[in-house]
Amino acid sequence: MRKIKSLQDLEAFRNSIAEKRKVGKPCIAICSGAGCLALGCRGIIDATIKEIERQKLKAKVDIKTTGCPGFCEQGPLVIIYPQNILYTHVKVEDVVDIISKTVINGETVDRLLYTDPTTGRKFIHESEIPFYKKQKRLLLGNNSNIDPNSIEDYLALGGYSALAKALFEMTPEQVTEEVKKSGLRGRGGGGFPAGRKWESCHNAPGEPKYVIANCDEGDPGAFMDRALTEGNPHNVLEGLIIAAYAIGSHEGYIYVRNEYPVAVENATIAIKQAEELGFLGKDILGSGFDFTVRINRGGGAFVCGESTALMASLEGKVGEPRAKYIHTVERGLWDKPSNLNNVETLANVPLIINKGADWFRTIGTEGSKGTKIFSLVGKVNNTGLVEVPMGMTLREVIYDIGGGIKEGKRFRGVQTGGPSGGVIPESMLDMPVDFDELTKAGSMMGSGAMIVMDEDTCMVDTAKYFLTFLEEESCGKCVPCREGVKRMRQILDDVTEGKGEEKDIELLERIAETLKDTSLCALGTTAANPVLSTLRYFKDEYEAHIKQKKCPAGVCKALIQYYIIDENCVGCRLCEKACPVEAITFMGKKKPVVLDQSKCINCGICKDVCKLEAVGVK
Amino acid sequence: MDKKVAAIINKYNADKGQLISILQDTQAEFHYLPKEALTQVSDTMGVPLSRVYSVATFFKAFSLKPRGKHLINVCLGTACHVRGTSKVLEQLERSLNASRGETTSDFKFTLETVNCMGCCALGPVVNIDGEYFGQMSAGKVDSILNKYS
Amino acid sequence: MVTINIDGQELEAKEESTILEVASENGIYIPTLCYHENLAPYGACRLCCVEILKGGRSQIVASCLYPVEEGLEVKTSSPLVINNRKMIMELLLARCSQNEVIRKLASEMGVKQPPFKSEYLEDEDCILCGLCVRTCEEIVDRSAISLVNRGVNREVAPPFLEPSADCIGCGSCAYVCPTGAIKMDDKDGTREVYARNWKKEFKLKKCKVCGNYWAPEEQLEYIRKKLNLPADFFDVCPNCK
Repeated sequence: MRKIKSLQDLEAFRNSIAEKRKVGKPCIAICSGAGCLALGCRGIIDATIKEIERQKLKAKVDIKTTGCPGFCEQGPLVIIYPQNILYTHVKVEDVVDIISKTVINGETVDRLLYTDPTTGRKFIHESEIPFYKKQKRLLLGNNSNIDPNSIEDYLALGGYSALAKALFEMTPEQVTEEVKKSGLRGRGGGGFPAGRKWESCHNAPGEPKYVIANCDEGDPGAFMDRALTEGNPHNVLEGLIIAAYAIGSHEGYIYVRNEYPVAVENATIAIKQAEELGFLGKDILGSGFDFTVRINRGGGAFVCGESTALMASLEGKVGEPRAKYIHTVERGLWDKPSNLNNVETLANVPLIINKGADWFRTIGTEGSKGTKIFSLVGKVNNTGLVEVPMGMTLREVIYDIGGGIKEGKRFRGVQTGGPSGGVIPESMLDMPVDFDELTKAGSMMGSGAMIVMDEDTCMVDTAKYFLTFLEEESCGKCVPCREGVKRMRQILDDVTEGKGEEKDIELLERIAETLKDTSLCALGTTAANPVLSTLRYFKDEYEAHIKQKKCPAGVCKALIQYYIIDENCVGCRLCEKACPVEAITFMGKKKPVVLDQSKCINCGICKDVCKLEAVGVK
Repeated sequence: MDKKVAAIINKYNADKGQLISILQDTQAEFHYLPKEALTQVSDTMGVPLSRVYSVATFFKAFSLKPRGKHLINVCLGTACHVRGTSKVLEQLERSLNASRGETTSDFKFTLETVNCMGCCALGPVVNIDGEYFGQMSAGKVDSILNKYS
Repeated sequence: MVTINIDGQELEAKEESTILEVASENGIYIPTLCYHENLAPYGACRLCCVEILKGGRSQIVASCLYPVEEGLEVKTSSPLVINNRKMIMELLLARCSQNEVIRKLASEMGVKQPPFKSEYLEDEDCILCGLCVRTCEEIVDRSAISLVNRGVNREVAPPFLEPSADCIGCGSCAYVCPTGAIKMDDKDGTREVYARNWKKEFKLKKCKVCGNYWAPEEQLEYIRKKLNLPADFFDVCPNCK
């Protein structure tokens, strides 16, 4: 591949790609994102390749592996172009039908179409499905028709045109102004205005300057950055190069979490392709601007999502944060001015440059512009990645897009902001998704994990979960976080084991105050949020654990008891076979089994395997 | 061993800032971080051994003890937690007779936990040797373990 | 120079200095545990926290690290500060419930008993202030020990918990340790530098003149090589020179 050395070169190359692509040529696009991988899409890819070969269709039909289109609950997903037919829950056995019926004959395979769980209606096209209808997929939309390992796919969709515009039609200051005007705020959790950060870094004295794309995505339950980096790495890269140009940086990093090997691989390939074609390296596109980027992997530490800890690990040190009285834009990596942005923030940049800040401002609320990708997971019917304009209400996201609570259970709360956030109760579901609104409610936007909880979720257990997480992830440097989080977790251990006392709540609040005021970094200062927000909205649940020694949701093992509901039990023996400690005895056909409480370890497996609701918990 | 370690250090031009990448490649090569390898890294790169050791013990990706033939990672992320991943972990501990962080006595499996693999829509998720298993339940554990020799 | 206000006092301060430095220079007491004037400030104990007023908003910051600026208003013992310091001491006391130094400091701050259940109290001496590690790195330039592991498992240790090849037995770590978690004993020609989980022994050099043991041979050898001194330079102890 020849290096592209001018704007004309780029246009010529883009046209040559378009000409090579036959409009209307059938294409089977198989999602190989995170979720579909876990559901076995590799087998489907292999089977498709084999069947195409067997039917001698290699020249007539394209096969493409794509990034995550977000509808993970329905995976494995396959989309047939040009008709744009979406098939769900695809199995290896379905491949022959897909090729013979749909690709060759143009008929739909009805059993594979998405079926609405409440109405039973089938949908053919992605855009008609309720899950997608209310979304505004500016960033994720391209994931279903891009092969992340093909720079030509990205170019065919207009990729790198924003970079060309920035380099040839705008000065670095103009680029920064445009991003400032757009109101783009950090998508990693901080919500800091990106344009202002770029400007400060640009103005800070010192050379060299560094730009870093943060794909550490430590919030458990969040996988937006993964989908973006895995599925459309060139988009992230383009945003990063534009940022570097605006700031005056010539050296950059993409920091990817160690637990995302496919993202690392795809980003590495993307960088290599970009270098080959001249989008990276010396004299990019003949503009005179130099920029190189390398990928660094995280080592498995949530704290390294924090900017100073991340930079410490880039220096080969442990991921210990430092005080931010002097910001990283002035003294960051190697004590030089450094600009760190989340991957989703950067992915928005090409759009802003191409379509303008004014256009971007038409989306979202006054304080939060643009779209946000959320990972809608937990006890909701349609789990997956959801991209919506800021300002949509939580209710719309959870019910209209998410399809409501699984198995018709009762909604209890939605957790946002990860371990730094809190739980929003039902009474506040009409809150618009907005940085400031979520913070006012005692939670925060965070990176975008939205975990839906139902009547079977214990809020005290949830608070304990987050504290356990933070205790494990704390770097251990400062006293309030290292010691304080541990003590809070111990108190919650006691409460969930029936050993809680009234004064425990006051002590939790006292420790929380010190955590918030004196911790060294944001991990510590926000560590108490899950506890405080659950105390704020679910105090009665805490009191049930402390005063009555009961867990109303039926979760805390020490406070519950499993029992057989005799009327429903037919003696099918499923629970007896599954019980790991042989606490269940078969009493004869059509007779209810007997559960020996003295042997029972409260593992809950019997309730999970019972198909007749014959096991209860109290 | 020292030839392999030297090659890894060379790949990163003995750049001190790339210490973590160097340790990651070493971990991938030997399935843990042998003491000799760490000492060689320290000597070759001029980084105090105490710092190499600090980094090796700080990050969860590294293990200073040899790992079993198969590495099991159970996701303890929030979405998986809400869907009952702790029951899956408990069943694994029972079936393997090993606690999290430990290796089975026959050195066949090492059981680790991870705070989110990014497959949140399909929790609970377990990863064995890079292969993902979604929508796990305690009941599926034994049949999956039997797939591994 | 800038002007700042600490507890109502208007004070002149050099730019780029920290609140703690200015306070110390002017005899205003702020408690610290992980601070040492010869080491770069670390900000781990958080005991030096003070309340500042900036742009009309009050904020708690670590005074050992916060750089002064024109018009900064500082309160070193406001109720908010006192409450936070108390909780930090309570947390430290719960960790080191048997350590005399911590108990004394806690008592001075009005903390007698940690508010946590007694079964959770621990018997540690090390408060992870990092003074030992930082001294060994910044002043002695040996980095023989470091902070290993993470979070609640963090501890000060030599690599692999074995006697560190880089340790010369100077004892600076024991000297600078505020709680006695690292100790040094010289006895019968041997020096032992030790903590709860590790130790190293050194042969002490005997003076050719007075016959007293005075410093570890390893330490002297290190200094001799570094300063390019003759082989017999340390054969006579400083007293006899």
